[in-house]
Amino acid sequence: MLSPQAIEKIDYELTKYPADQRQAAVMSALRIVQTERGWLSKDSISEVAQYLGMPEIAALEVASFYNMYDLSPVGKYKITVCTNISCMLRDSDEIVNHLQTKLGVGFNEVTADGKFCLKEGECMGACGGAPLMTVNNHAMHEFLTPEKVDEILEALK
Amino acid sequence: MTTKMKKLDTMKPVMTDLKGQTLVCLRTLTEENPASLATYIKLGGYSSLKRIVTEKTKATDIITEVKDSVLRGRGGAGFPTGLKWSFMPRYFDGTKYLVCNTDEGEPGTFKDRDIIRYNPHQLIEGMAIAAYTLGAHVGYNYIHGEIWQDYETFEAALHEAKDAGYLGENLFGTNFCFNLYAVHGYGAYICGEETALIESIEGKKGQPRFKPPFPASYGVFGKPTNVNNTESYASIPWIMQHGGAAFAELGVPNSGGTKLFSVSGHVEKPGNYEVKMGMPFSELLEMVGGVWKGRKLKAVIPGGPSTAVLPAATIMSATMDYDGLSKARSSLGAGSLIVMDETTCMVKALHRLSYFFYEESCGQCTPCREGTGWVYRIITRIVNGQGKMEDLDLLTDVSNNISGRTICALGEAAATPVLSFIKHFRPEFEYYIQHGKSMVEPQ
Amino acid sequence: MLNIEIDGKALEVENGSSIIDAADKLGIAIPRFCYHPKLSVAANCRMCLVQVEKFNKPLPACATPVADGMKIFTRSKAAIEAQKSVMEFLLINHPLDCPICDQGGECDLQDVAVAYGTAGSRYTEEKRVVFNKNIGPLISTDMTRCIQCTRCVRFLQEVGGMMELGMVGRGEHAEITAYVDKSVNSELSGNIIDLCPVGALTSKPYRYSARSWELTRRPSIAPHDGLGSHIEVHVKDNKVMRVLPRDKESINECWLSDRDRYSYEGLNSPDRLQVPMIKHNGNWVETDWKTALEFAAGQIKDITNEYGSEALGVLVSPNSTMEEGYLAKQLANGLNCGNVDYRLRQTDFRLDGKRVGTPWMGCNIQEIEELDRILVIGSNLRNEHPLLAQRFRKAVANGAQLSIISPLDNDPLMDIAHKVIVRPNDMVNVLGQVLKAMSGLQRLSLCLPPSLNQLLEEIKVRPNTQAMAESLAGHGAEVDLIAPKVGIFLGNMALSDPRFTEMYSMAEAIGGISGAKGGILPAAANSTGMHFIGVMPSSTGMHARAMLEVPRKAYLIVNIEPELDCQHAALAKSAMQKAECVVALTAYKSAALEHADVLLPIAPFTETSGTFMSMEGRVQSFTAAAKPLGECRPGWKVLRVLANTLGIAGFEYETSEQVKTAIFGGEKPSAVVWRSLNNNLKQLVEIQVNIKHDGLQRIGEVPQYNADPLVRRSPSLQKTKYNTKPLARMCAKQMDQLALVEGEQVLVRQDQGSAVLSVRLDNHVAMGCVRVAAAHEASVSLGDLMGDISIEKLPSTKGVSA
Repeated sequence: MLSPQAIEKIDYELTKYPADQRQAAVMSALRIVQTERGWLSKDSISEVAQYLGMPEIAALEVASFYNMYDLSPVGKYKITVCTNISCMLRDSDEIVNHLQTKLGVGFNEVTADGKFCLKEGECMGACGGAPLMTVNNHAMHEFLTPEKVDEILEALK
Repeated sequence: MTTKMKKLDTMKPVMTDLKGQTLVCLRTLTEENPASLATYIKLGGYSSLKRIVTEKTKATDIITEVKDSVLRGRGGAGFPTGLKWSFMPRYFDGTKYLVCNTDEGEPGTFKDRDIIRYNPHQLIEGMAIAAYTLGAHVGYNYIHGEIWQDYETFEAALHEAKDAGYLGENLFGTNFCFNLYAVHGYGAYICGEETALIESIEGKKGQPRFKPPFPASYGVFGKPTNVNNTESYASIPWIMQHGGAAFAELGVPNSGGTKLFSVSGHVEKPGNYEVKMGMPFSELLEMVGGVWKGRKLKAVIPGGPSTAVLPAATIMSATMDYDGLSKARSSLGAGSLIVMDETTCMVKALHRLSYFFYEESCGQCTPCREGTGWVYRIITRIVNGQGKMEDLDLLTDVSNNISGRTICALGEAAATPVLSFIKHFRPEFEYYIQHGKSMVEPQ
Repeated sequence: MLNIEIDGKALEVENGSSIIDAADKLGIAIPRFCYHPKLSVAANCRMCLVQVEKFNKPLPACATPVADGMKIFTRSKAAIEAQKSVMEFLLINHPLDCPICDQGGECDLQDVAVAYGTAGSRYTEEKRVVFNKNIGPLISTDMTRCIQCTRCVRFLQEVGGMMELGMVGRGEHAEITAYVDKSVNSELSGNIIDLCPVGALTSKPYRYSARSWELTRRPSIAPHDGLGSHIEVHVKDNKVMRVLPRDKESINECWLSDRDRYSYEGLNSPDRLQVPMIKHNGNWVETDWKTALEFAAGQIKDITNEYGSEALGVLVSPNSTMEEGYLAKQLANGLNCGNVDYRLRQTDFRLDGKRVGTPWMGCNIQEIEELDRILVIGSNLRNEHPLLAQRFRKAVANGAQLSIISPLDNDPLMDIAHKVIVRPNDMVNVLGQVLKAMSGLQRLSLCLPPSLNQLLEEIKVRPNTQAMAESLAGHGAEVDLIAPKVGIFLGNMALSDPRFTEMYSMAEAIGGISGAKGGILPAAANSTGMHFIGVMPSSTGMHARAMLEVPRKAYLIVNIEPELDCQHAALAKSAMQKAECVVALTAYKSAALEHADVLLPIAPFTETSGTFMSMEGRVQSFTAAAKPLGECRPGWKVLRVLANTLGIAGFEYETSEQVKTAIFGGEKPSAVVWRSLNNNLKQLVEIQVNIKHDGLQRIGEVPQYNADPLVRRSPSLQKTKYNTKPLARMCAKQMDQLALVEGEQVLVRQDQGSAVLSVRLDNHVAMGCVRVAAAHEASVSLGDLMGDISIEKLPSTKGVSA
């Protein structure tokens, strides 16, 4: 069951579209439910599909197409590091190595305590601040250095 | 909605040194609180919209002004904006839509982000003028998923504008209505392609549509839709305030106005720089503090990876405008300069780019779905020291077979880096294949 | 019209044509995978790239509209280069496992690869592997072979009406799948096998059983619903291995319902009766034809001699051929017996003798998609006419407004403009309301007969029926149609209803006012043909229901399992039980024939020649696709020899064609049919529109895969979700009213019969109704399909789940 808070937020998104185009809100609805639940289980996707009156498979198509949706658990904090060219040129490798050593996980792995998951990201559209990463999709951290990464991780503990 | 965590970044502009810049789209940056409505109004914001709407300026006059400005699409294709506007059907029963493309996902591109976070109201005004001109009453600004904080900034600006009477019903006491909404992507480069973006707005996978029909006749929800880039819309209020000719004069023939250049990679001061079209690259490089660490320039991708890489010598003599880069056998693209110094291994750089296109291919049509993976695997093999000399011709051939044979331009985009890297830096690739290691990197 | 040139050949084509349409018209083959003329254009496979003058890039022929003066080159260097490169891309990740692929020999990818591929591959990297999906009992998947053309996705969405498959993931990882572990439930699902251009989707029952080149292909006609789909029966070693559609644009287009596609499995059922059998002291004994026929004839003769010819009842399946129906009727005539009928699932015969001609669907199948306004009465379309439903879907997609009056609210997978879901008893009143509302709406106020006018006076028109009437009159939200094309159709539930006469009369009156086309949607493959021949009682004879209510001493039954194929299962069972002799012509040994005395093995439709007449009156003959199994013989031959043995004159037919000639009096069949088809009544029948009656009514729907003996024996179809054993299904409100809970066992009573069934929530069922499926052994103790029913709680099993 979608939470009343989630429904309220989805209903707000629905105001952006014509009444007969509820499916248009699926991107937001999946984002809202993922933010609330940490990741998107198949049940979560079904619930969203039902709420919007669209085929479940169409909702799954969307959830599996955009890579900020997580279809498996990602721990409490999902850290996505951009390794694309602009970041690579500014030593994103160093940031990745640092994170991997520090957290003891590779890409797409979750730490044993279930707290962190490391992901490799594609271009986030903020290359001026390279190297950079996001935490749980919505908080971006730019101009990273190993020291700055440590600060960020510390704040998440 | 955002995770509760201490903010470690302050929202201070990435770009601090405004010297030498000509601010049009980012004109609020001179002010203390650039994103606020008060700041924008102080600089004359929304006055053009008010004048146009209350004086009932003829749509054709506005389009003429935009044509005179020689404003060309800032998203990468460089299509004349005024001409594009004239494609929208004038008489249509039902809703027409206006869409803004703020889905910057091409590596090196981050200019529109600064518009929505530092000068959102200029974009809103530009879109409102476009809506008035094209008879659209609903608009969407589709914002790249990863810049979530800026999405929220823009949503806040929308509410501010609506409360102040610049958006919504019966604006300025006329019967002109315009409702503008922010919508977001969630991690798909392909949605920067306008028809994929439209699909995404409709709540579908971002798979590009075959054109024709073009969005002007079949866009959002099947209705006539005008899609422009953020920077294009944001240029409109200035054009309407100062006149198309004035805008054109800022630039050079065939490339009117200013351009936001996103400079990233091996430079001292990466960031966005808004300068007049036609500025020599060498001058721009100086503005950004030159190549970092005192190193030598090796190559520059001038407009994002879908534009051809240029060796130092070529780019150093080029000017930053549509014709200038076309003459240099590349293109302006979205103005996303990726600067590479002498230590850059071009094989590895291409490897990363080929992975990007492989990862971001939507999978809809055969050449791109199958070809990008093939290219990536060959380059991976080379990087792993298992390359064969004939791989270079195979890479060229496969890339040529992707290019021009797909529904959208991602095919060309994926092929361009392969073709241009091998063309300009073939010896480096040959070295890597022969020796199983990079020619430039310390071992 | 536009003038274009393809490969140097000039051509005039219609505005809006695509290059591929134009080339197809010229017979110029452009290779393609994703394009299909019946589906939306995806332009994703890129195989059809061609060169067009003035364009620097090759263009997809499927998605590029032609323009005047366009010069197209499909075989130029640039075009071939583009096509070959696409072929190479398609093959790099394809497993090339043709030797073990069922599609081998009939594979588009294989065929095109021969023309555009190369002998070796330049691809030396690792190939993609995609896990297979379990999408149900009918379709096998080998997803590594998939080339992502999305034909299957588009078919289910656009033709099937429900998006059951999608392409998830992206890029190279994009794959076709259903949602998690769901199966594809469309009743048209098998078509995606035909659409799949590679071997990714193949038939599960057919899997690994034959190679396509080993099969002999024989044209035939589908034997289940009244559509008359054209099929191709594929035979290996005299065994039917599979059934595929034949293209027939005006009937089934290029599609086939799953029932028509997979019921062939029943042909190879272990139940098949291969030798004649006689019951001796309660035991079945195999015998030879001569003995069996003499025994059968002797029994019939003895009984008719002793009790009179009316002691015999002849019941014929509406799925039997016209030839079989005709000879059964002639045989009864020869014995002076008027008790003949094919209307086994009908209970209201008040229109007998009142009809002008043979009732039919009242229009051509193709015309349905051109209708503007449609009213469907008493039909669960997808269950009754799975493929015809698709034509209605097209009409709605074209903008038609669909109205439904029915006791069941099952989703037809198309937009419904207006619906009234009520008990069958109340449907008559609702029709009265629509009629009354319409009579006030028409520009030309037509006079209704006085008797009907009077009836309507008491009726109060409600807003929903008013809206329905306005829709049928052509009113619209934006524009009113001056002369809307209206179609009104009655389905199986109306045909089986005790108040069919009222429903039919009302529908006819509404149709008269609105200038509608339409009529009945007959349930079975040859219902219309049987009516045309007159496989119905003489003026003094008994109809199907009466023959069971007042049991006969002897029965001759053709191709039926009485308790599963008759309106009143319990009556049918007891009538057979009481009879002194039952002669059954049947393709199957069956528990439902345990009370028979002699079983004469007849050939199913693939082993005999014969003729079906479809719901639109099309007379379609077919020949045998295989030799009769064992000793079984075509039904028409058995009837002929039985008549001979009975000493009845006039049975000299040597071939089924001679029987057909006799049926049509030597005339061209279509000419005779044209004169005969007529839905009008000679005179109005007394009807009653207001019945105050509050009892529960049964909705004895016949599930589509239980409709006849053949389909009941297809194991694969029986494994689908449509095969559910009878339950007491009702809506939540009804369950509350009766204080029942889901899964509770209840005693369900009809007449003398009863059954213990499990309660199931089904909000598609109208209030006041209980949906109990028929044609199933678990409900054979019950009575009328659409009759009164009562439910009693069982004290001991409160809340026990089923």
